[in-house]
Amino acid sequence: MKRSFVPYCITAAILVFFYLPILVLVVNSFNASRFGGSWEGFSLVWYGRLLGHREIWHALTNSLIIAVSSSIVSVLLGTTAALALHRYATRLQKAHYMLIYTPLVMPEILMGISMLLFFIAAGMQLGLATIFLAHVTFCISFVAMVVLGRLQDFDFSIIEAAQDLGANWWQSTWKVLVPLLMPGLVAGGLLAFTLSIDDFVITFFVAGPGSTTLPIRIYSMIKHGSPPLINALSTILLVVTFAAVYISQHVLEDKK
Amino acid sequence: MMSNCRPEARRRKSPAHISLSSFVLDRGGPWTYNARSFIKGRPETTTDQSKNRGAAAAMNAPDFLEFKNVSRHFGNVRAVDQVSLSIRRGEFFSLLGPSGCGKTTLLRILAGFERPDTGCVILNGQDITQLPPNRRKVNTIFQSYALFPHLTVRDNIAFGLRIEKRPQREIDHEVDRMLELIQMKAEAAKFPDTISGGQKQRVAIARALIKKPQVLLLDEPLAALDLKLRQRMLIELDLIHDEVGITFLYVTHDQGEAMSLSDRIAVMNNGIIEQVGTPAEIYEAPRSSFVAAFIGDTNFFEGRVAEFVGSEYSRLVIDGFPDTVVFNDKQLAVGNPVFLSVRPEKFYISREQPESIPKRNAAPGRVEEVIYQGSQTRYWVRVQEYRIAIVQQHSRFLLDEKPITWDENVWISWHADDGFMLERYSQSDEQLVTLPE
Repeated sequence: MKRSFVPYCITAAILVFFYLPILVLVVNSFNASRFGGSWEGFSLVWYGRLLGHREIWHALTNSLIIAVSSSIVSVLLGTTAALALHRYATRLQKAHYMLIYTPLVMPEILMGISMLLFFIAAGMQLGLATIFLAHVTFCISFVAMVVLGRLQDFDFSIIEAAQDLGANWWQSTWKVLVPLLMPGLVAGGLLAFTLSIDDFVITFFVAGPGSTTLPIRIYSMIKHGSPPLINALSTILLVVTFAAVYISQHVLEDKK
Repeated sequence: MMSNCRPEARRRKSPAHISLSSFVLDRGGPWTYNARSFIKGRPETTTDQSKNRGAAAAMNAPDFLEFKNVSRHFGNVRAVDQVSLSIRRGEFFSLLGPSGCGKTTLLRILAGFERPDTGCVILNGQDITQLPPNRRKVNTIFQSYALFPHLTVRDNIAFGLRIEKRPQREIDHEVDRMLELIQMKAEAAKFPDTISGGQKQRVAIARALIKKPQVLLLDEPLAALDLKLRQRMLIELDLIHDEVGITFLYVTHDQGEAMSLSDRIAVMNNGIIEQVGTPAEIYEAPRSSFVAAFIGDTNFFEGRVAEFVGSEYSRLVIDGFPDTVVFNDKQLAVGNPVFLSVRPEKFYISREQPESIPKRNAAPGRVEEVIYQGSQTRYWVRVQEYRIAIVQQHSRFLLDEKPITWDENVWISWHADDGFMLERYSQSDEQLVTLPE
């Protein structure tokens, strides 16, 4: 039977639709021209310029601090939430599930505004701490959902077997539960990390002076007109993101 | 029977003295154990021998493991209801019953995964009711095996000793011994996902036995295996029990498994224990209609005690059966309604009316169905409202004579000692046990 080319064409068209803008951005990051309109030769000048841009490095440091800390904390809390959701079936659990799930679908701007109002009402200084708290808040939900997925086909008699063989709660958790959940924990953590590092809307509301994160810095750089720098920066971020996605998928597949 | 001659001393032997290898793995090997395993506790065993066996076992601490008035409720469901049970040291004891009868809950109470609402569990003189699972000297073989998928076979077996923080050399030595016992040295470095069901089963056994538990709990350990493998594992379990000599508490819904392996069986239904006894006692002298119907096939007749014949026998009034005399061990009084249970293999089927002798009961009927099953033939004979299942072994060459067939008028007969009178209802059930037509 002759294979039809139509599915290939459609797939290719969709991928072009997805990735052409990004490709334009990547190509432009190597363009010597200051205003991306015309190709003026290959150049790494913007990458060089980027290296010397102190404000960007400061913003990147802020972003990394928040992303790392908030993904670690949200993995801890999200995992306990997932365990509780999976293990106990009471009527309260339905409400619990809904409350954990809602942040996934709630408009970000709503979360941003509400957190801003809350932090001000609580008399908190806006800064890294408030960004951290805000990021943990929405990352928990994502981590909980990822880990919950892993738990669906987890055989808890394995935990009972560990206890039966003399392990106390602590030992059965660290020697059995955590190693077996590890792929889910890593996937959840990476997801939290990527969500945190590129969050704009919520961060925009709860950031204070001196706590500018990378996405916010990029936004303000567009406003003040230095697109070629942003192209270079975006290309680097793109590479990092692809690497993260690849690793997380690899880890998940490995364990299946 | 061989099974009853099994000397008690044999079971005390420590493991590793006898190699399992020739019996366990070698399909072509000596299958003498096969026969023994399967005859153990079969109905042919006479009651007298069972008693001797019971007496021998009683010399070992009669109440090594005790459940005292143990109850456990889940919501409105009484999973375990006021259960009291004594299990002897070294005994192979089975909890047998349909799913949902509370047998697994009882096992989980002993393992420590469930706390009883009331009552207590005493193991070797110590009240363990409130101890967490990790501090009880019992180990469990789970229905799903529950092997640790992230550890190799060797590490799975070593897990219990690692938790105890035993010296590495000792752990290695013990694990090697266990690997030898279960014949899996070659698979030591494999992960559970890559070994067969029967091998997983053996790893689970080794992982539990290495802790030298006082009681080994087995929760339907053969349920996940196919028939062939199940029969082999049955033999292996029996051998392992003989070798290590520890108490086994075996939970199953399969009467065949319980019958072939157990020293004693407790039949459970709706959270209570209907009867405790040797396999032969349970089969030959069921104490309730539930036990009679659950263990093996049986025919029930509804009747009433008409009069005593001598001191031990009673004449019953049953529709369609002119003159039925049955052993009345329960001394049920005249006028009492009773159920009479007669096993299919206890009947004799013939064309001619059997000679009338004392204690022989006979009734005329009509063959409705004949199913040839190779070693035996199963008949369904209609006697008035009753459709009676009868199993006849082929004692003669079938071809030598014209076999009894459909629609023939026949006589069925049985001995007064082969019928059992049961009180009307099962202890746990208000309902009469319904039997398949």
